[in-house]
Amino acid sequence: MALVRAHVLVCTGTGCVSSGSRKVIAKFEEELRANALDKEVKVVETGCQGFCEQGPLVIIYPEGTFYTHVQEADVTEIVSEHLIKGRIVNRLLFKEPLTAQSVPDYAEIDFYKKQHRLVLKNCGHINPDSLEEYIAADGYEGLAKVLLTMTPEQVVEEMKKTGLRGRGGGGFPTGMKWGFCQKSPGPKKYIICNADEGDPGAFMDRSLLEGDPHAILEGMIIGAYAIGADEGYIYCRAEYPLAIKRLKQAIAQAEEAGLLGNNILGTDFSCTLHIKEGAGAFVCGEETALMASIEGKRGMPRPRPPFPAVKGLWGKPSNINNVETFANVPYIFRVGAEEYAKLGTEKSKGTKVFALTGKINNTGLAEVPMGITMREIIFDIGGGIIGGKKFKAVQIGGPSGGCIPEQLLDTAIDYDSLIAAGAMMGSGGLVVMDEDTCMVDVAKFFLNFTQAESCGKCTPCREGTKRMLEMLEKITDGRGEDGDIEKLEKLASSIKAGALCALGQTAPNPILSTLRYFRDEYEAHIKEKRCPAGACQHLLSYKITEACKGCGLCAKNCPVDAISGEPKKQYVIDPAKCIKCGACLTKCPFKAIVRG
Amino acid sequence: MVEKASEKQWEQLAELLGKYRGTKGSVIPVLQQAQEIFGYLPKDVLIEISNKLEVPISQIFGVVTFYAQFHLEPRGKNIVRSCQGTACHVRGAKGVLNAIRQKLGLEEGQVTTPDLKFTLETVACIGACGLAPVFMVNDDTHGRLTPESVGPILDKYA
Repeated sequence: MALVRAHVLVCTGTGCVSSGSRKVIAKFEEELRANALDKEVKVVETGCQGFCEQGPLVIIYPEGTFYTHVQEADVTEIVSEHLIKGRIVNRLLFKEPLTAQSVPDYAEIDFYKKQHRLVLKNCGHINPDSLEEYIAADGYEGLAKVLLTMTPEQVVEEMKKTGLRGRGGGGFPTGMKWGFCQKSPGPKKYIICNADEGDPGAFMDRSLLEGDPHAILEGMIIGAYAIGADEGYIYCRAEYPLAIKRLKQAIAQAEEAGLLGNNILGTDFSCTLHIKEGAGAFVCGEETALMASIEGKRGMPRPRPPFPAVKGLWGKPSNINNVETFANVPYIFRVGAEEYAKLGTEKSKGTKVFALTGKINNTGLAEVPMGITMREIIFDIGGGIIGGKKFKAVQIGGPSGGCIPEQLLDTAIDYDSLIAAGAMMGSGGLVVMDEDTCMVDVAKFFLNFTQAESCGKCTPCREGTKRMLEMLEKITDGRGEDGDIEKLEKLASSIKAGALCALGQTAPNPILSTLRYFRDEYEAHIKEKRCPAGACQHLLSYKITEACKGCGLCAKNCPVDAISGEPKKQYVIDPAKCIKCGACLTKCPFKAIVRG
Repeated sequence: MVEKASEKQWEQLAELLGKYRGTKGSVIPVLQQAQEIFGYLPKDVLIEISNKLEVPISQIFGVVTFYAQFHLEPRGKNIVRSCQGTACHVRGAKGVLNAIRQKLGLEEGQVTTPDLKFTLETVACIGACGLAPVFMVNDDTHGRLTPESVGPILDKYA
């Protein structure tokens, strides 16, 4: 391999591609050729670097200079300044949102500095299309150790020692799960990877699949060896075309290299992996529904027991783990359980990848040790709230989770502390909300989701989520009555107790947790017919004040012609016609329109 | 107007069914690829799949109507998927959705433009939360949208 003096890493995750990183790569290649640098500088297409909002992202090594929002037009300058003259292009550096300071070095940016990247280590740093780069980054070392020096029983024991818990949401100990399946008798077993990442607001699995597909395969092969499976499936959302493409390619490469297929690494162990594309049903993230879907049926859950470890896919013992869980496995067997278990809290070991989104300055993926506080994640890594607004709550765990209010920001996060706070780890989506977010509206948003995604098999979930949604709609429309909150609470507890699967059992969580911390907002909607955050459209009215100069811009922008008036005189809004879209308020140059 | 399913499409279907005959759990991949071929899943295509895979039509219909991905009606040339996930929701996805509806002239409940150029769908999350609010047009993801930026993007596909 020829040595080069610099590497230009360009992110080709979905976020950066949509911001134009493909054009940036083409331009870099063109410019490097034009300057006869193509032999000494190498352009590398990487997976997701986890800081999507700042994309397209470019890192130049050996310095580790981090450029953000790089467009095609910026490439000539980067080549002539940075790569030829060795001068950093200051205007493209990342600026810390709180201090407005430019930071050239990738490792010194607060967003990355405070992270602990084990699982995401390769994402954004190796070319996901290349098996060689994965191997050069210690890839498949764990697999070799397992296959050549350990028995399946030892693998399960080692896994139990790590204390790793399922990263898909439930937090069940992975070693125990493997152990159950290993003990199940039968010559045919399956290993399954749940890549049906459906929680709105979570995208760590997508980034892992796109950025480091071989790590998932390695984790699955080790798992297959431990439980005694010779066949496996990756069930991936069809909405992730790039992830599917890279997985298919990785499987072909691994087969070619003897890392998958018959007699892996020259041993007696054989395993093949297939990809199944999901067809768009959130409930398929539930393990029994997922298996029904692989079998080609409607993705409906069934009662457990029998658990999949006894009777799973096509009636055979099966083990399902989430993408991020499998991504932990290669590292674990490379460094050993003891080393791994040093990170984290007593009952939650290792790291967790959180997807940081919503009203936050640094949107992206943050991998942190268990036991960190929410304040560190949101304010140190996330750079605080957009526009300096006031933090209100952070929603964690998607439609099954709950919210964490300001007073709990300093709690150490692990599986158990979140349950105690009325939320759950879920897949690790964190949606940050500020003072403009209405918590009743948030609960309604999630109920809308679970109601639409309920598979309809059991009555508590099918009917219950519908009724809860109707009650929330009533409240946000201004038709709430005394006693509605109590009715909601009663119904929520029945659904929790009676629903068949986790989707239904956790569906009331967003309501219960917002009621627990923001009951006053519900009461304001019901008693005062007022939305304190100013988000529920039916409870708002718009008025033009005396500050109006009669410019007419509001009338021009009103989509329903609800505003009238004469030039240079105060305009008026017809409340009967107004749809409360707020277009006038954002357009008024004199701040003469108020929302009440 | 909807083009009638061509002979070529039927040939492709026959080839597809030949490939999957006898494979366990093939209903969903066959439906996915049949929809790729025809653009949607017309009744006679479903009957053909049922016959060749020897799976009752009732079961096939059950699967088709269960998953959001399958469509029984013809769809537009361009598929717009407006994300209504949590991150997009708190960053104004509603306004973007309304702007798309307005731009395409779609009434409440209508999803496809009469000229079959566009079909508008909402999705729960496309995993590009860092760029919220986002939508996809076919396989392209567009992010950091505002109600104003929607029109020019859609024009490129018209």
